[in-house]
Amino acid sequence: MKKRTIIPIGPYHPLQEEAEFFQLYVEGEKVVDMDVRISYNHRGIEGISETMHFDQVTFLVERICGICSASHPLAYIQAVEDLAGVEVPERALYLRTIINELERIHSHVLWAGLAGHFIGYNTVWMWAWRYREPVLDLLEEISGSRINYANAKIGGCRRDIPNELMPHIQKVMDELIPPMDMITKAVLDDPVIHARLKGVGVLTKEDALRYCVTGPTARASGVPIDVRRDDPYAAYDRVEWKVITRNEGDVFAKAVVRLLEIFESIKIIKECAEKIPDGPIEAEVREIPPGEAVGHVEAPRGETFHYVRSDGGNRPVRHKVRSPSYVNVPSFRASCIGQSISDVSITLASVDPCYSCTERIAVVDSDTGERVYTARDLIKLSQDKTKRLMEERGRQTNE
Amino acid sequence: MFLDAGKYIFYFLVFPGFIFTLAVGLISVWIDRKVTARVQWRVGPPPGQPLYDILKLLGKETIVPKNSNKTLFLSAPLVGLGSVTIVSVILWLASVYKISFVGDLFVVVYLLMLPSLSLMIGGMASGNPMAATGANREMKLILAYELPFLLCLAIVIIKSGISINMVDLAGNHVMGSISGVLAFLISLLCIQAKLGFTPFDIAEAETEIMEGPYIEYSGVPLALFKITQAMLLFTLPVYLISVFLGGLNFRGLGILWTVLKYVAILVVIIVIKNTNPRLRIDQALKFFWRFLTPAGIVALVLAIIGHISGIDWL
Repeated sequence: MKKRTIIPIGPYHPLQEEAEFFQLYVEGEKVVDMDVRISYNHRGIEGISETMHFDQVTFLVERICGICSASHPLAYIQAVEDLAGVEVPERALYLRTIINELERIHSHVLWAGLAGHFIGYNTVWMWAWRYREPVLDLLEEISGSRINYANAKIGGCRRDIPNELMPHIQKVMDELIPPMDMITKAVLDDPVIHARLKGVGVLTKEDALRYCVTGPTARASGVPIDVRRDDPYAAYDRVEWKVITRNEGDVFAKAVVRLLEIFESIKIIKECAEKIPDGPIEAEVREIPPGEAVGHVEAPRGETFHYVRSDGGNRPVRHKVRSPSYVNVPSFRASCIGQSISDVSITLASVDPCYSCTERIAVVDSDTGERVYTARDLIKLSQDKTKRLMEERGRQTNE
Repeated sequence: MFLDAGKYIFYFLVFPGFIFTLAVGLISVWIDRKVTARVQWRVGPPPGQPLYDILKLLGKETIVPKNSNKTLFLSAPLVGLGSVTIVSVILWLASVYKISFVGDLFVVVYLLMLPSLSLMIGGMASGNPMAATGANREMKLILAYELPFLLCLAIVIIKSGISINMVDLAGNHVMGSISGVLAFLISLLCIQAKLGFTPFDIAEAETEIMEGPYIEYSGVPLALFKITQAMLLFTLPVYLISVFLGGLNFRGLGILWTVLKYVAILVVIIVIKNTNPRLRIDQALKFFWRFLTPAGIVALVLAIIGHISGIDWL
């Protein structure tokens, strides 16, 4: 009988930015069984949510994940709007679409870079992240922040994107196409990447359906589900785009789906920026009646689902969140067992598990022990940068 | 007699041994990091960074895992360091001072394998499953690249008129023939694997097994491993130059030419490192056994035919 060794991936491991613990039972290089432990980072969002009033919860759910920080609030808001029966103004729907698609682009590019890092291709990592910067800068110009945009609110949007900025959005999107083309080609044409990713970590269509995976993970296994098309929200039914699917189900297919989705997102944003109508950006919401409702949004990683119940008061009495990674991660049982250690690490990463970490820093002078930057200074620093970006565009900051 | 001994100790410790090799090695590490950074649109570290890193490590606490074999664990880095220093001395003396002994070529090849072995020993001794996996991979990798590496050496030996002295190799014209060029390219890839650079950094694989054999090392032993790595980054290109590219030459414009050869090889290695993802261990084995070994054999046959029938360009 062969000897089994346990290779731990986690709770702290270079493969993952957040605490998750995979135990790999290996015989030599082959992984014969796996276990997972999650919930190292439980923050009780649902519990906190029940102590806040409806408008505050928007900003709370934004902090579930730094990368899905437009999708979670939108899903929650749609649930509440459904509950209150609010008619959201047309312009607000377009604004939401633009921000959500920008988020998808930066998330997918982030994943492409990380995937490169995981297979030891650090050049792809750095290049992908370099071309992610203009998208983040654009988000900063639009919303004032790179990560937590705080743009959607119940009944509409908090900030408008001025019409003067639309040509700039078009320009940034146009400039993004050549580098994305380059990265896509670099991935699709590199024989070593083929050797490394093709046929690795295959999640068959049957398994994909059995594990109820969502998002790019499902679409790469030939399951054409996409909330944006299946149950349109925001302005997705008003623009032309298509759902990308692949049938192979391997890591390569997942990479291809994500890379091609970037181009679809660029298309959506360009069309939205062109077609966006004038008008108000928010509707008045007076009270949330008792009842329950659900909202779902296609986050970059898959369908994020929020359930809200109200008793007519000013806070939700129950708020349930189901994030896409929660259903995507367990599919490792179908895709990883029987692979080698090297393949398992990239397969685990291929579902783009949502690490909801937000880093904090404290800059301290090592000689005096004094804090160089306090939280207030850091906020000032970031506001100054936003201001600079906007001034370069010749825009007034709305302080 | 004593004077001689003193001279050799100087050779070993200062020039061209430990201190000199380390100095050039650290500069090479800096070049590696800087070029890598520039390729990746980063700024890169200041020239002193590799030295600072090692000085910092030397001052850190050394932690020995409880269930490790203490003696082996701590002596493994020394084996690698010692062997790479000796190789450096032999290569330099043969190439520059024309001091050589019969069969030193084989000594060099043996000693060049020792740093990998020391890594394996260290990994195995540390008692960590990740380190054991890494050591396991390193062993497979050695099996993979040593055969084509030796085949290439055989070609060089034939080309320089069946001589196993480093001095005789230094002045050869291997690169003037098809088999020689093939052998050079194969050796370059083998050296990539010996250095543990991408696509052959399989034994360390940070995102899979967290640096593999190094995982339990800290403080001075880790610094010794880093020093060995830095010195290898100098020694292995020098080996390539001595064997294939006409050796080192420090007379007149020769200095420029030598430095150019060295930097060119270094940059090629760095570019390969930055334009490839990491291979899986079975793919690396296939690559060396199915492609490079047959290519090496073909080159060897060509070289033998060329030698027998006196055709230089084969």
